Amino acid sequence: MTDAALSRTSAAEPPSLYRAVPAVLGLAKLVLALATVAPLLFMLSVTFKNQNEMFTMNLIPEKPTLANLTYVFTQVNFLRYLWNTFFVATTVTVVALFFHSMAGYALARLRFPGRDAIFLAMFSTFLVSLPVIIVPLFILVKALGLLNSYAGLIIPSIFNAFGIFLLRQFYLNVPREIEEAAVIDGAGYWRIYWSIILPLSRPMLAALAILFFLANWNAFLWPLTITSDENLRVVQVAVASFQGQYTASWNYIMAASTVVALPTVIVFIIFQRQIMESIKTSGLK
Amino acid sequence: MSRPSSTPAARKAAGFRLSARHREWVAGYLFVAPDAIGLFIFAGLPMLLALGLGFFTLDGFGGFQFSGLANYRRMFVDPLFLQSLKVTLAYVLMLVPSLYIVGLALALMVQKGSALNAVIRSMFFLPQMVSLVVVALVWQVLLVDKIGFVPKMTGFLGLGGLSWLGDPDLALVSVVVVSVWFLMGFYMLIFLGGLQDIPKEYYEAARMDGAGYFAQLRHITLPLLRPTSFFVLLVSTVAAVAGGQAFDLIYVMTKGGPANSTSLAIYYIYQQAFQYNEYGYAAAMASFLVLLLMAMTLLLFVLTRGGRFNYD
Repeated sequence: MTDAALSRTSAAEPPSLYRAVPAVLGLAKLVLALATVAPLLFMLSVTFKNQNEMFTMNLIPEKPTLANLTYVFTQVNFLRYLWNTFFVATTVTVVALFFHSMAGYALARLRFPGRDAIFLAMFSTFLVSLPVIIVPLFILVKALGLLNSYAGLIIPSIFNAFGIFLLRQFYLNVPREIEEAAVIDGAGYWRIYWSIILPLSRPMLAALAILFFLANWNAFLWPLTITSDENLRVVQVAVASFQGQYTASWNYIMAASTVVALPTVIVFIIFQRQIMESIKTSGLK
Repeated sequence: MSRPSSTPAARKAAGFRLSARHREWVAGYLFVAPDAIGLFIFAGLPMLLALGLGFFTLDGFGGFQFSGLANYRRMFVDPLFLQSLKVTLAYVLMLVPSLYIVGLALALMVQKGSALNAVIRSMFFLPQMVSLVVVALVWQVLLVDKIGFVPKMTGFLGLGGLSWLGDPDLALVSVVVVSVWFLMGFYMLIFLGGLQDIPKEYYEAARMDGAGYFAQLRHITLPLLRPTSFFVLLVSTVAAVAGGQAFDLIYVMTKGGPANSTSLAIYYIYQQAFQYNEYGYAAAMASFLVLLLMAMTLLLFVLTRGGRFNYD
C-alpha cells in the first residue's frame, strides 16, 4: 500500500507543513468525487424543475414540481416498459445462473472426454462482442421466428461465457472431501450439484445475479435491434426514443432518465461492496 | 453409487447399465449441454456466419445472392467507411491512454483503506451503474450550446463560444470525455485489484533505500502492474473498437455527426445493416473489423511482451 507507506514517511519527517498534506489531498479527492457524481445530481435536479428553470445553475429547484414525473407515467406507457425490462432482466439472470452453474460444475468437477476442448470453445466466445455479430445473430433469431418476442429478447442474452468462467473457477476451489461424503452416501451427480454445490456457491451466485441483472437492465443495442413492437419496448429503448419525440423537452427526458437509472443506483447503494468486489476479482483471476 | 437416485443422469445410466465412469461422462455432457448448445447457436454460429455473410448480397427479406468479393471491394472505396475507420482509430488513440492514466491515478488515490476512500471509490464507480443511454442523454443536456452547464463553466475561462457536440473538431473529444467519465470506475477497480497483489515488503525495502513516492511508483508499482496493465489495455482497446458501449453512446449522443466526425466503424456498420438493409455489406465490414482487432491484439501482445512491460 503506497499511500499508507507514504503518509507514514511524511509523518515521520519533521516539518509540520507536511501534516496538512493528507487533509488537502483528502479534500481534493472529495471534490473530484463530487464532480464525478455531479452530472447525475444534475439529472435528478432537472427531474423536479419546470421547463423555464431547466438551465439555471441552482441544483435545488426553486419551485419543485412533480409534473415531469407524472407526465412520464401518465402520457407514456412507462410502467409497461419498466415491467418488460424487469421481466427480461430477471428471467435472463435466473436461467443464466442455473445453466452456468450446471456447466461450471461439470467443467470443474466431472471428468469426461472433450471437457477441456468444450471449455476452450466456450471461453473463446468471450472474444465475440455483440456489435460484431449483430447482423448474423439478427438473421438467425429472425429465422427462428423470435423477432418481436420476449423469447427473442431473453434467449440470446442468456448465453455468456463470462458467468461460466467465473463459476468454474469458483468450483475448482471447492475441496474434494465435501463431495466424497455424498458419493459414499450414494448421491448421484444431480443430487451433489443441487444439494451441495449450489448451496455452497450462494455468495458467488448472488454477486453474479446482481451483475447480470444490472447488465440486462441497462442493455440497449439488442432490444433496439430485435423489437419494434411497442408492447415489447424496454426502458432503455423507450428513453432513447423520447429524445426524438420531445426535442428540447429535456425536463421530461431527464425525468424518464431518473426513473430508468434509479433502480440500478439503488441496487448499487445496497450491494456496492459485493458489486465492486466481484468486478475487482473478475478482472484477472 | 449403486443405489438408484432420482437424477436424470443416474436414471438414464441405470437404463443403459453404464459403468460408473461412463455415468460420469453422461452426467458431464448433460450438465454442459444447455450452455454448450446455447453458446454455439447464439455466439459461435453467428461468428462463423459473420465470416461467410460478407460474400453475399442480402436484401433483408430473406433473399440472398452470392456476390464474391464485391462487398469487400466496395469497402475500400467507400469514403464513409474509410472515414469511420479513421474516427475509430482516433477514438482508440484518445480513449485507451486516457482510461489507463485516469484509472490508475484514481486507484492510487483511493488505494488506502479508509472510510473516506471507500465512499470516494463508490462515487467514482457510480457512473458505471447508469445505462449509457441515460449517460448520453444527461451529457447532451450538460453540453447544450451556450445554455448547458459545461459551456457556461467554460465561458468563465473565455471558451464560451465552443460548441461541444456541434463542432466536428470537438464532438469526438466530447464523446471521449464522456466515455472516460463512464468507464474510469471500472478500470479503477481493476487497477485496485492489481495493486492489492503487490507485496508491501517491496515498498518497505524501497523506503529503507530512501526512495520517494515517484521512485516507488516507477520502480515497483508500474513494473509489478504489468499483467494488470496488459489486461486494461487489451480490454479497453477491444471495447473501444467493437464494444457495445461506444455504440450506445454514439447512437444517442451524436448519431455519428456532425459531418461524420463521430461515426465509429461499429456505428456505421450498424447503420448499413439496419437502416439501409445492407446486411452482406455490413457483415463484410464487421469481419474486417474483427481481423483488425486481432491484429491490434497481436501488436499489443508483442509490444508489451504478453503483459511483461519492460521498464528497466
